[in-house]
Amino acid sequence: MEFVANIVVTLKPSVLDPQGNTVKEALHSMGYNSVEDVRMGKFMELTISADSEQKALDLAHDVCNRLLVNPVIETYTLSLKAQTGGAV
Amino acid sequence: MLRFGVVVFPGSNCDHDCFYAIKQFVSKDVEFIWHKSREIHEFDCIVIPGGFSYGDYLRTGAIARFSPVIGQIREFAESGKLVIGICNGFQILLECGLLPGAMLRNTSLRFICKYIYLKTVNSDTPFTSSMEQGRVIRIPIAHGEGNYYIDPDGLAELKRNNQIVFQYCDANGNISDNTNPNGSVENIAGICNKAGNVLGMMPHPERCCDPRLGSSDGLAVFQSILKSLTVSQ
Amino acid sequence: MKEQEVTLDLVLEHGLTEEEYKLICSILGRQPNFTELGVFSVMWSEHCSYKNSRFWLKKFPTTGPRIMVKAGDENAGIIDIGSGLAISFKIESHNHPSAVEPFQGAATGIGGIIRDIFTMGARPIALMDSLRFGKLSTPNVRRLLDGVVRGISHYGNCIGIPTVGGEIYFDPTYEGNPLVNVFCLGIMRHEDMALGRASGVGNSVYYVGAATGRDGIHGATFASEELNEKSEERRPSVQVGDPFMEKLLLEACLELLQTDAVVGIQDMGAAGLTCSTCETASRGGAGIEIELAKVPQREKGMIPYEILLSESQERMLVIVKKGREEEVEAIFNKWDLHAANIGHVTDDGMMRVLFNGQKVVEIPAKQLAEDAPIYQREFKEPAYYKKCKSEDLSAIAQPSSYGDILKKLLGDPTIADKRWVYEQYDHMVITNTVVAPGVSDAAVLRLKECEKLLAMKTDCNGRYCYLDPYIGGMIAVAEAARNVVCCGAKPLAITDCLNFGNPMKEEIFWQFKNCVEGIAEACRQFETPVTGGNVSFYNENPRGAVDPTPVIGIVGLIDSQDHVTTASFKKPGDVVILLGPIESGIGGSEYLAIAHGKKTGALPEFDIELEKRVQSVCLKLIRDGKIKSAHDISEGGLAVALAESCILGGVDSTALGASVDLPATSQRLDGVLFGERQSRILISVDPSDVMYVDDFAKNNNVPVYKLGTVENERLQISCSGKILIDERIADIAKVFRSELESCMS
Repeated sequence: MEFVANIVVTLKPSVLDPQGNTVKEALHSMGYNSVEDVRMGKFMELTISADSEQKALDLAHDVCNRLLVNPVIETYTLSLKAQTGGAV
Repeated sequence: MLRFGVVVFPGSNCDHDCFYAIKQFVSKDVEFIWHKSREIHEFDCIVIPGGFSYGDYLRTGAIARFSPVIGQIREFAESGKLVIGICNGFQILLECGLLPGAMLRNTSLRFICKYIYLKTVNSDTPFTSSMEQGRVIRIPIAHGEGNYYIDPDGLAELKRNNQIVFQYCDANGNISDNTNPNGSVENIAGICNKAGNVLGMMPHPERCCDPRLGSSDGLAVFQSILKSLTVSQ
Repeated sequence: MKEQEVTLDLVLEHGLTEEEYKLICSILGRQPNFTELGVFSVMWSEHCSYKNSRFWLKKFPTTGPRIMVKAGDENAGIIDIGSGLAISFKIESHNHPSAVEPFQGAATGIGGIIRDIFTMGARPIALMDSLRFGKLSTPNVRRLLDGVVRGISHYGNCIGIPTVGGEIYFDPTYEGNPLVNVFCLGIMRHEDMALGRASGVGNSVYYVGAATGRDGIHGATFASEELNEKSEERRPSVQVGDPFMEKLLLEACLELLQTDAVVGIQDMGAAGLTCSTCETASRGGAGIEIELAKVPQREKGMIPYEILLSESQERMLVIVKKGREEEVEAIFNKWDLHAANIGHVTDDGMMRVLFNGQKVVEIPAKQLAEDAPIYQREFKEPAYYKKCKSEDLSAIAQPSSYGDILKKLLGDPTIADKRWVYEQYDHMVITNTVVAPGVSDAAVLRLKECEKLLAMKTDCNGRYCYLDPYIGGMIAVAEAARNVVCCGAKPLAITDCLNFGNPMKEEIFWQFKNCVEGIAEACRQFETPVTGGNVSFYNENPRGAVDPTPVIGIVGLIDSQDHVTTASFKKPGDVVILLGPIESGIGGSEYLAIAHGKKTGALPEFDIELEKRVQSVCLKLIRDGKIKSAHDISEGGLAVALAESCILGGVDSTALGASVDLPATSQRLDGVLFGERQSRILISVDPSDVMYVDDFAKNNNVPVYKLGTVENERLQISCSGKILIDERIADIAKVFRSELESCMS
């Protein structure tokens, strides 16, 4: 079975995010003062072939911890869904 | 003669510069080490040069740490031998956990290439032994992600173990926010491990060994290495 | 995309004319199919065939004792610099891609020019950029500048080739159509020279590098039309660069060329696989056959038309000796590159393309690559030319404060310090940069392989070329040469990037023709052959064409480190001397544009014989050790040159001052201070050498003026005792250093 894992990596809340700050300031100067904070991150989409959803999920967490995320400064969220209708 | 090895990853681009500076001014015995190599034990000092290993895609230094040579360097370092990571080399040492902390983008969000001043705040390492405590050197930086980050506990630990080696300063050695080019915690430009045999630094000593290029202050780092290796042999 | 039936409408849509279509039919002896039409349309676009410009480009001198490969024969020319070494350098435009997507447009421009150089077997060691933008007060211009600088920085820094110089002008003429011209220089041993030719029947054709996608299809034709509102919609045409991939290609190809397994090598630039296959076959006098199904592809369902015309970046074509394939593949594997054997060299002179075994293209390679029609376009002197030339400037009022004008000029982004830009470029990697950006008239690189050094510079003042294309073209070469002379170098050769409007407009073509003739004449005079370059037409925005901007990239050779000279004053007490005439008109000057809002007037008198004498006197004096600083007098005139030599002066650029007294004159004082007459160099010399320098210049029929001395804190300029300018260096330095940065933040 094929699964698609969507991974969002962001800087930890305690770490300064100069990119996010710059975007926030730009938005404020455009008048969007109600935007209180901006955090920038990376989005990654992994297509995984696995026997079960649990195995796909385990693998996705594993690659996050080993390569995709640097735990010193980053954190991540992960969502997984089965690929429907075969390959496009 | 003392043997230096310069590691080459796909995307390294200061490898030739390090090689040339060492060969010209430090030791005739210098070789490139391809990143797939497993034979590094005969070297006395390993240099991990600057550049953009694997394009620095994902994170600076993140992919290089899975190269076969990194496992060898880990053993090499654990045996007490000298490892110096410069710029991208420093980033790789952070990613593979041989040094604590991480790199963020410069606060200006721009790549910065210029001469800065650097204060030697720990002259009691094999990389600074020929420099006096507090010596200020003029040396180039060239990086987009040199903004050193470490959490407060980690910082306290660094200080407790006297691991901070270089800090950004002005020509007179004053350390302030105005002399911080990239936003690094406490102007940190270079640190070593607890044992003191692994150094990571963002500035490029290999770029300022030849006076024709504007400064030869970087030689002090290599001369220190030479001195401490000679003493230990 | 779907195959389409070839009709006359489709032919015209491809930018070909009916006559060209007839010629194609006669070459083939039949009608082309859809794929073949696409192939002809890119190869016969202006960008690839130079069909509108070639007749005039033949006026350029291209030979000389040092030329090893001459312009047009290969991707780039090769010049002998002695000691068994040679250099290869070239400049190219990436204007239109940068206008619609500045970051990727500039980045891929860098990638393309680097490939042109390492394809020749040379290791690239320097980049320069010649950039033109509208006025920085426009937000869109700031966005473009920011994007272009980031793009260059991204690609050049990552691949590890220093960006050591260049220039930037800001003028309303470039608004909406910025110019992004990129220069690369490489060095090689003579025996490492590689050529882009396919020969030896049965030899293998390898495709190496990034996989092919649909990006950049018709980039070459895109470069050959005007920009308009619809250009934004053409964004898919813009390619994305991958500097890491290119770094691997660079290292792998240079390693490969150390073996003798390679017959020929060519990058896939404009018109991609099409151009590289037919050009290598044509040069090698052979044919080539490839199978498109073997081409690595990034997207699914691509048709032959798309695969052949894709301009995906970071791809190379390598012709490998039969039987040596394994050796070659091993080197590519070492660098984690995928190499695909896609075909072989044949003896029938055909470019034959198969797709899953079916023949989809069969065209005589030589005729496709070399027989595009050559046109002699009509030209006509534009009405503005005589009007500007005869414009009476005597009514222009003298400014109330010369000091204020000086500060205004120093803060003008065209003149101001470009630190904000060049600090974003790694200009030191490879550790050859002896004279870095911002401290002199040109960049100077040492060579690790020998005692000699190289000086290099790009230059062109589009306003001069607008006001007088012939003289402007000559000046572009003369000033570039003067810049490297001021660094202690003997000019060797040039490369040119000719940026003009739509060549179908007769007035534009007149500008083009006259600029080319001016450049050709100057190159003959300076004995600096043209080693190659690029023509970029259709640089227009809805308000009209950009000023004619034939950018000159020049390289000079310095014999010894002792001759390296910079623009900065060195020591208080040194004597400030002007080599060349002191008086100047104000026509075409930055002063006239900035202070009076006028782009008009006759250019100040230009005498190429005097120019040559000034340059040779300066170079001789440098070589004899008599000159401590030398600075070309250009935009902003004598006053700005003096200010710059002060600001840059002293140890660690802590700045020095100067006190000068100009001789009495009957001419306008603003002209003497800010006029931009050519053939002038500001030097400083030790007091003990003044007599020698004075005599030497006079004996060689070069005007020479002892102006004053280097001082500490102030710049004081007077004229026969009457003070015109008296400013603290700290104040003018602040304006000079901070203006560009404050515009951009």
